[in-house]
Amino acid sequence: MSTGTTQTSKREAFGSRNVFILSAIGSAVGLGNIWRFPYVAYEGGGGAFLIPYLCALLTAGIPLLFFDYAIGHRYRGSAPLAFRRLHRSAEAIGWWQVLICVVIAVYYAVIIAWAAMYTWFSAQLAWGPGNENDFFFGDFLRSADVSEVGVSTEFVPQVGIPLALVWLVVIVIMGLGVKRGIGRANTILMPLLTVMFAILVVQSLFLPGALDGLDAFFAPNWQALADPGVWASAYGHIFFSLSVAFGIMVTYSSYLKRKTDLTGSGLVVAFANSGFEILAGIGVFAALGFMAQAQGAEVSGVASSGIGLAFVAFPTIVSQATGGSIIGVLFFGALVFAGVTSLISILEVIVAALQDKLGWGRVRTTLTVSIPLAVISMALFSTTTALSVLDTTDAFVNAFGIMAVALVAVIVVAWLLHRLPALAEHLNRRSSFGVGRIWMVLAGALAPVVLGYLFVSEIIAKTSEPYGGYPGWFLGVFGWGMVIALVVFGVLLSLLPWGARSHARDDEEYDEFLVAEHYPADRDTGTSAVPVVAQGRDVTQKGEGA
Amino acid sequence: MSVAAVVMMVIAMVTVWGGLIAAIVNLARHPEVADAEPEPPTEL
Repeated sequence: MSTGTTQTSKREAFGSRNVFILSAIGSAVGLGNIWRFPYVAYEGGGGAFLIPYLCALLTAGIPLLFFDYAIGHRYRGSAPLAFRRLHRSAEAIGWWQVLICVVIAVYYAVIIAWAAMYTWFSAQLAWGPGNENDFFFGDFLRSADVSEVGVSTEFVPQVGIPLALVWLVVIVIMGLGVKRGIGRANTILMPLLTVMFAILVVQSLFLPGALDGLDAFFAPNWQALADPGVWASAYGHIFFSLSVAFGIMVTYSSYLKRKTDLTGSGLVVAFANSGFEILAGIGVFAALGFMAQAQGAEVSGVASSGIGLAFVAFPTIVSQATGGSIIGVLFFGALVFAGVTSLISILEVIVAALQDKLGWGRVRTTLTVSIPLAVISMALFSTTTALSVLDTTDAFVNAFGIMAVALVAVIVVAWLLHRLPALAEHLNRRSSFGVGRIWMVLAGALAPVVLGYLFVSEIIAKTSEPYGGYPGWFLGVFGWGMVIALVVFGVLLSLLPWGARSHARDDEEYDEFLVAEHYPADRDTGTSAVPVVAQGRDVTQKGEGA
Repeated sequence: MSVAAVVMMVIAMVTVWGGLIAAIVNLARHPEVADAEPEPPTEL
């Protein structure tokens, strides 16, 4: 409850709305756009998948994106602080999101390190033509079986050293802050990524067999639309692709100026993300069409996704195509850039939360957060069992971390706290695209139904047989144990009191914001110029929406 | 490429990239407002 202390540093902000949009696109466009979407679309009916995909984008993706923007911009804080200001009891949701980001950051970095090494390998075809699969799993990763060796501590230098460099780069970006670090990195990397990917696509289209690949990708299989699984995969994909509901968009939108067109910006972000996916689908399937022709196989026989697509299929294409090295450098370089811009957004969730909680400066918080994360990341993912740990934590944190927290967040905000009308009102204050009852139905009713369905099907899938055939103790620690720990620690962190220097107690800018927007005073901050009577009163949605 | 594939490709490009262009045009029509910009006078 500081009254006279005005030396608290100003909350950071993006330089402009366009920088925010580029950064939000940088966060949304990640590895999934490049290596996941093309295969999901191909499997889900090719051209016919466009229908469930667009439905999912318009009815769930964009409404949830607006939901995040509204919370971040209205309550102007990192995920824990924004949810705390929304309602004291919702704070745990924010911490849960922060911990999810901790887990993702730790393994996401190593994929960037692999891609960086493969950019270099592509230039010289280091794997030796025909040896792509053995090179990746054997020579490069030196993969060992967890059921035989347990969690290994054997250091693999060709992974560990680039991984350390990736952490060094992102620590520098994070340390420079929102405007000079994150904003500038995205302003440089996103246009570069787009240009590189566009060149890659054009080059792929000139490969022999490219049109067969595109035919396989776009030929519609209308029967697929009768399969509920295809609709579920469209909603699941859109949900992960847009980076909604795990704190990133809440954090980024809290750095927006007061008078910002939130929904207009959100539409650009959502369509840019999907636009990039279509581009990736064309590029990837054109290249796969070439690979099929070169091997005398069908496209269906070579189509794959994820790590197999990036680190086995693409090196094969690079070996076989004329000018393959250029394709390889562009493809892996694009993965690196797309990955870095997403990783910094994930780290920002954690850094911002600690800054708000402790009232610390940028550099000190960045180092306190990043160095331990880098150490854990190095310890788990520069060893011979990295791939198994990555595969397991990724699968579990997606299903029972991100999806679960999204489900809980929409239910709590919409049904327990009844805040959707107030959030809609906030979005409409300055936005070019108005939201109303339809948005509330989509975010408050359709989203929880779809997320609930996906969540239950994940539980059934992961309990019916051991995920990936890994041993029970391993799934118990890195799968189930990890996701349960995230919830437990999220709740525990929300019970810790906020100190006098924290931004919950001392945030003059927030008080000024509340006054300027004619919102009732916050019950935690003590610097407000508004009447003292307002302090301590529980802020209900009645007062807010008025 | 089959006719159906070409048609779906064109529809995908038009809807998604067209959507992006429409969103950018909409945003450009609503330029950023400076925070410091004075509110229209309500009193006096």
